[in-house]
This record gives sequence, structure tokens and C-alpha cells, in this order.
Amino acid sequence: MSNDAHVQPQTPVQPAATPSWAMLRTLGGIAMISGLLVVLVEHYTQPIIAEKQRILTEKAVFRVLPGAVAKHDFLVTAEGRLVPAEPGVSGDPLYAAYDAEERLKGLAFIGVGAGYAGPVQVMFAYDPECRCIVGSKVLKSNETPGFGDKLDSDPEFLRNFEALDAGLNTEGTALANPIVTVKHGTKTEPWQIDAITGATISSRAMGRAANQAAERAVPAIQRDLATLSQPN
Amino acid sequence: MAESPNRSASVPPPTLALNPQETLTADTFIRGLWKENPVFVMLLGMCPVLAVTNTSINALGMGLATTFVLVGSGVLVSLLRNWIPKQVRIASYIIIIATFVTVVDYGIQAISLELYAALGAFIQLIVVNCVILGRAEAYASKQRLHTTLINSLGMGAGFTLALLSLGTVREILGNGTLFGVPLFGEGFQPWVIMVLPPGGFFVLGAWLLLFNWLRLRKERKVMQGSGVAANAG
Repeated sequence: MSNDAHVQPQTPVQPAATPSWAMLRTLGGIAMISGLLVVLVEHYTQPIIAEKQRILTEKAVFRVLPGAVAKHDFLVTAEGRLVPAEPGVSGDPLYAAYDAEERLKGLAFIGVGAGYAGPVQVMFAYDPECRCIVGSKVLKSNETPGFGDKLDSDPEFLRNFEALDAGLNTEGTALANPIVTVKHGTKTEPWQIDAITGATISSRAMGRAANQAAERAVPAIQRDLATLSQPN
Repeated sequence: MAESPNRSASVPPPTLALNPQETLTADTFIRGLWKENPVFVMLLGMCPVLAVTNTSINALGMGLATTFVLVGSGVLVSLLRNWIPKQVRIASYIIIIATFVTVVDYGIQAISLELYAALGAFIQLIVVNCVILGRAEAYASKQRLHTTLINSLGMGAGFTLALLSLGTVREILGNGTLFGVPLFGEGFQPWVIMVLPPGGFFVLGAWLLLFNWLRLRKERKVMQGSGVAANAG
């Protein structure tokens, strides 16, 4: 035994095992510093982020509904009721946009459809008078550049969303005809979307997004049109 | 001449352990840019290098975010280096790195939501970027504050530079723009594959080829030079 100690002079030099309290102290201390830093940064940046988000949404709404100068936020709740957007209430957002004379210019809602490379999130503009979708803007997508990103730029494809029928059935509970994407060149009905050649999956995602969003929002809009028509 | 045998013969780690405090020189910074460039020499952190360099803006954003985390975590690790027991060091480093990643995550959202959307999950994934943990373990935990600060800045600059050299090439070829500004006329047909994932591999491969060719040429020149000198002597 004593021989061993002589052969390995390094062994006694090594410090004794670190006591547990030292590890606890270090981890606890670091966790506290980290927590403090994160809370401080969160507190400082949250208002800035919320404001940026608001401006971004407003820009998108005014882009799909040209001529609008003001907007009010509503929510379509899980039961399909329309309520003013307030903190604590959850639902799908619905934006009512008004022109300079405070007349209802149109409504905007957001739909999501599964695309080629993840979800495609689109904002649609809805005109309650023609009962149709009158505009679209892709908010988020990972579609292949050069193919799938034509959803927002291909003029022929965008013509689909100039007057896409979103009329309701006689009970006013659902769309009379579901919005569907059809193969390029086979569009015959006003509720169909003519796909882009080479980007069929992305086009279908757009159709699903439109159908899903309209199915939720349009019945609520038509039922509470009187509320929406008043800017305040 | 003296460099290459040294590297292969596992001498550097013991030297660093025996002589832990590096004195601050210009090399402390420049090493990260060139001789120890995290991307082109150490081939670390390849995931963001390939994934978010499809435009120069994304590359720059990612590079600066990583630099911030590198510097922040490096400084904190260096400050606390005598307090962190060996057994819990990795856990400590990860908490520190995660903190700075969260900070940068909020920061980018506050600066630009578009950039935040473009970088996506790769901001959070800075936590697992091995450049950062590698620096904390191999450098910051042993060195004084000011050398760590300068070295981290150098490494961050080298990483940003590498991302930019991929991002600019991919954006120019694949989109015909640089920082969003169109470079060519209407007739330009973008080479779309360059902004897709395969383009990342192509461009990275091309850069590595160029750098290795330059390095080999330099070494050959040195060899020839010494050969001539020996002959003359």
C-alpha cells in the first residue's frame, strides 16, 4: 500500500472530493443569475415585441384590404361566437377593417394548411356583401423557393382569390360548398382554386387554409354583421 | 514547418494545462478568424452553417446572435471559473449558455420579427452549438476575463464571417440579390438549388476546397523554400 503511494506521487496531490454543498451553491447561484437575467430581458422586450406584432398584423390586414385605415380585433370562440378581442379570451382572430368614412371595408382572418415543407399560414380578406374571399397574403411558409413561394406572387393563381365564393348554406352554419383546390386548368366553379402547375401541394395547402378559416369565421361574420358594421 | 508535427503529436493540451494563462496578443483575436476558424478549420457548428445561410441577412443575423452568446457565456464562465466544481461544470455551462440564448431570442424578436421568423428554431438551437460549449470548456473556464472576451469576439467574428461567405454566395447565385438588393437585370434566371439545402453543402464544399488548396500551396512553398535554403547551405 505504502509502496503504491510512492510509485504514484500524483494521487495525494489531487484535491479531496468536492463537497455537495459547493455544487449546490454553484448550480443554485448560476440558476439565480440566469433567472434574473431572463426575467429582466423578458420584462424589457415584451412590450416592444407586442407592439411589433401589432404593427405587422395591421400591415397585413391593410394589405389584403386596400383602402382600409382602421381595424378592430375580434375573436371567434370555440363555440363559434364572435367577441371583441380582450386579454384572457381565446379564439381565432378576426379583424374588421374600416375605411376613412368608418364603413366596414371587409374582414380578415387567418387559415393554416399543411404544405410541402410545413404549415402554410395565410391571411384572407372577406367581403360580406359578395360573400366571397377577395384577397390573400401568405404570412408564414417554408415552401420551396421558385415553386411553392408563387402562392403570393403568381398573378394567375392570385386571380383565384379575387372573388372566391364562400357563401353559406341556408341555415347559415357552414359553407354551402367547401373551398377546394383543383388541378391546373380544371376550375369550373367559383369556390374552386386553380392550382399552380408544379406546386400542387402548396396550392392545396392554400385551399385547405381558406376552407378551414372560412368554415370557422364566415358563419360568425354573417350572423353578427350588424355588430361588425359599427366601428365602435 | 513547426506547426504540423506539433498538432499531430498531442502536445497542445498538456501545454495549455501547464501554462493556463494566455497573455493577450493580437493572435488571441485573429486566431478565431483564420487559424482556428470554427467553421472552415474546426468544422464545428455545421448545422446553422448549412441551414440558415440561404440569404446574407439570415447569415449575418445568425452570426451576430451566436457571437453574442459566445461572448456573454464566455465572460460569465470566465468570471465564475474558480467557483464551478469540475463535476457540475457542463451543467453550469449549459445553464449559462441557455440564458444567453434566451436573451438573444427575445432580442431578435424585439429587433425584427421577420428575421426571427426566417431563423426559426435555429436561434434556440444555438444552445447546442458545439462552438460555444467547446469554447466554454476549452478556453473560458481556464483563461482570464479579458483574454476570454477578446478570444470569444474573434471566434464569433470568424463564425459570422464564415456564415456570410456562404450566405452571400448562395443568395447571389440562388436569388440574384445581395442583402435583398437585386444585382442582375430582369433576364437573370436564379440557380434555385443554391438556396435549397443542397446548395449549402455545395458552397461549403467549394470554400473548404479553396482554403485547403491555399493552405497546401503555402505549405509546398515553405517546403520548397527550405529545400532551396538547405541546398544553398
